[in-house]
Amino acid sequence: MNEMTLEVSGLTVCYPTEKGAIFPVKDVSLKVPAGSIVGIVGESGCGKSMTARAVMGLLRSPGKVTAGKVFLCGREITALPEKERRKLRGNEMSMIFQEPMTSLNPVMKVGKQVEEAIRLHTDCSREEAKRRTLELFREVEIPEAETRLSCYPHQLSGGLRQRVMIAMAMVCRPRLLIADEPTTALDVTVEAQILKLLEHLRDAGTSVLMISHNLGVIARVCDEVYVMYAGRVVEQASTERLFEQPLHPYSRGLFRSVRSLREGCETLETIPGVVPNLLRLPQGCSFSLRCPECGEKCEKTMPELLETEPGHAVRCFRAEGGEE
Amino acid sequence: MLKAKRKQVEQAADLRLQSQIGEQERFRDQLRRMARENKTAVVSFFVIVILMLAAILAPLLTPYEENEMDLLHRLQPPSAEHLLGTDEGGRDVLTRLLFGARVSLLIGVAPALLSLILGALLGAAAGYRGGMTDTVIMRIADVTLAFPSMLLAMVIMYSLGGGIFNVFLTLTLVNWANVARIVRSQTLKLRSDEFVEAARVTGVPDRTILRRHILPNCLPTLLVLFTLNIPAAILTESSLSFLGLGIQPPNASWGLMINTGRQYLYNAPWLCFAPGAAIMLIVLSFNFLGNGLLDVLDPRMKKQ
Amino acid sequence: MKKSLIHRLVQAVIVLIGVVLLIFVMLRIVPGNPIETMMGEHADAATVARMTAEMGLDQPLHIQFFRYISSAFRGDFGTSYSLGKPVSQLIGSAFVNTLILALFAALFAWVAGIGCGILSAVHKNRLPDRLFMGFSILGISLPVFMAAMFLQYIFGFCLHWLPISGTERWTGFILPSIALGWNSAGQVAQMTRTALLETLQEDYIDTARAKGRSPSGVLVHHALRNAMLPVLTMMTIQFSGLLSGAVITETVFSINGVGRLMVQAISGRDIPLLQGTALLATAVVIFGSLLADVLYSVLDPRVRKEG
Repeated sequence: MNEMTLEVSGLTVCYPTEKGAIFPVKDVSLKVPAGSIVGIVGESGCGKSMTARAVMGLLRSPGKVTAGKVFLCGREITALPEKERRKLRGNEMSMIFQEPMTSLNPVMKVGKQVEEAIRLHTDCSREEAKRRTLELFREVEIPEAETRLSCYPHQLSGGLRQRVMIAMAMVCRPRLLIADEPTTALDVTVEAQILKLLEHLRDAGTSVLMISHNLGVIARVCDEVYVMYAGRVVEQASTERLFEQPLHPYSRGLFRSVRSLREGCETLETIPGVVPNLLRLPQGCSFSLRCPECGEKCEKTMPELLETEPGHAVRCFRAEGGEE
Repeated sequence: MLKAKRKQVEQAADLRLQSQIGEQERFRDQLRRMARENKTAVVSFFVIVILMLAAILAPLLTPYEENEMDLLHRLQPPSAEHLLGTDEGGRDVLTRLLFGARVSLLIGVAPALLSLILGALLGAAAGYRGGMTDTVIMRIADVTLAFPSMLLAMVIMYSLGGGIFNVFLTLTLVNWANVARIVRSQTLKLRSDEFVEAARVTGVPDRTILRRHILPNCLPTLLVLFTLNIPAAILTESSLSFLGLGIQPPNASWGLMINTGRQYLYNAPWLCFAPGAAIMLIVLSFNFLGNGLLDVLDPRMKKQ
Repeated sequence: MKKSLIHRLVQAVIVLIGVVLLIFVMLRIVPGNPIETMMGEHADAATVARMTAEMGLDQPLHIQFFRYISSAFRGDFGTSYSLGKPVSQLIGSAFVNTLILALFAALFAWVAGIGCGILSAVHKNRLPDRLFMGFSILGISLPVFMAAMFLQYIFGFCLHWLPISGTERWTGFILPSIALGWNSAGQVAQMTRTALLETLQEDYIDTARAKGRSPSGVLVHHALRNAMLPVLTMMTIQFSGLLSGAVITETVFSINGVGRLMVQAISGRDIPLLQGTALLATAVVIFGSLLADVLYSVLDPRVRKEG
């Protein structure tokens, strides 16, 4: 019944560096069902943005997808020639970025930048494109849309710029919108408006893959959540389930620190340590160095991502039930 | 020096100031890193050293005298006896090239150093004192910089007349403004720094603050400027001498050798091309070395 | 914008007056009476005195200066001692040649420099990049007179393809322009490469790619225009560099331009002529940089709205 807009299986991204190859994304599988918003959450450097870029085919060199498949509406796209993939970008799949300040070309009027996207994927005339742009601007609730068309990015506020970005991403009504930390650079009231806008888009038929380190944002809009750590998915569940009953020690740590913030505890609970250097990952579970419950087995072998219940998977020996 | 380069030096210096706290790499370590990573800069450094040694040891390296005429063997092409041929007076070109290196190198280094000192002092004074001192010094610098360097040098040489000492003076006057501008902007930023503020509040005399805090912080930048000012000075000198406005015979500089050799360009091209290649080699080496220094001093480059 | 332009214009005029003052003072600290120098040792004292008075050289320096400035505003830069013609007339005919030379050289520098810079950036760290960057650093380190003589020797003397000197035919401008533009081409190439590589790291390049733009589309429509902004500011350097180089190029190729006039002025100890040519050259540089500022603000909307 539930058709998948995006299905990623075993995606691995490799970056050769002088000191050896690193894998910012390792064996990541995820699914975005049609008409839903799916979140990826994790600390910075855990590979969430890299996953998004790999799906879009926008990895910066020398990064490369070395394994795995990406299906967009059932069609495998990693093996497509670059020219074919380009036709998908901005058409069936779009992306918006974290920094609306720097994501728009500073020397081009914002209206022109949206028109450009329209004219790249349709044969419409300049006037037609302009008319469509105006419609889109109204749709993403840009006030005084007409005058904004001929503004340059630096003349707009952050929220407006992100709306322009969204309008640009929506020109062809894509099946999938990847939003990479879309609200991180914005203040809280604007954040709420942008999130509402994303929900509207979902209702209009675009599935959203949302990347964020902000659990509040994830809780508000996502149906499903994937937690990533050091390039791997460590836990996956529906939003409600994950917030009620996080199983992986890392997820638990994330929620604890948020809760201690919200409840104004005396001490801020944090996860000790920092994200490990991808060049020097521990032999066993990547999280073992920081894990409060780390056992002997955790230090030696990497646990598999296993379902504990239907719809809830976790990568941890402790959660599998066996108290090794 | 090229304006684009100057901008780059200025940016790098600014970034250095910003990243001063904590993460600042020690200058010595930076030099070491350059020696390790930038082969071109290292090779250039050795080329410069070798050329300097050759210039100093010139009399030992050649059997001929600098001005030893031999009218029977005029304008001879390169041979085993005369590796780079002979000139219109039958003098050995290689010998003259080695002796010319003394003048050319001296004229690169000395005015670069003089303009560095003059520029640093004036720039620091302008930035630190502000007010009238600043306005006067910087307006003069503006006027100097507005002049195409070659034309300014020509006008100064006109009023001073030719000769080595006057070339020194001219090149110093042409190049100081570059240095002054960068040092001034650095001083302005350093002056508002906390440690300088603290020193001023506790009554440390200005001269001590300048000497202890401000100039040492500008030192790496000054080194880059020095290295890049040398080839600029060499090029300007050779151009002046080429036009007959610089070094006067019997002193030989490379530019002057080209000036006299130009009449024989078609029957004895080595007279021009040998010193020309020498100029290019030395300028290229200093440019590579300067760029290498600039790269390690620019904190942006470290991250990549 | 208008305000800042007027501000810059006023500033430019002030600097220009400063330059005139500087030249004026420098040329007059030369020991000896220029008239005596010009007429030689055998001139009788009465004639020298008469001519000195005629030229106003017996007046105090500041009077001379104000006289010079006020007549300069009327387009009168005095009469050349050595050539006996009005300086403005001499410069007028020479300026055309220098202008053609400089324009051709700038054209060469920009086309070759930007072209090589783009190719280098696109093929970063591969063979074309190494090759072009090698050329450009050679260009920067090669003195103009060497480039000029080298071209003259190869293409004029050995191959007989192009005239060695003179500008009777338009082909006479080809070698001098390349020799003169060579150095600038190297600078432009390096600058273009750096700027383009920096621009290609910007976020809006990702946006353009995410839109479905092809690599060449991204380059042309998004990267280049942004990358060209810093390159454009280099136009100022081009002007002053080209003028410095023109002195030498014109000498090597025997072109009757302003630079050669200046060399003649120096060897003839001809103060009015030297003053006029130096003034013209500096004016071109100052207003050239002003023009570059204006152009920059037209191309960069962020600057346009300020001020």
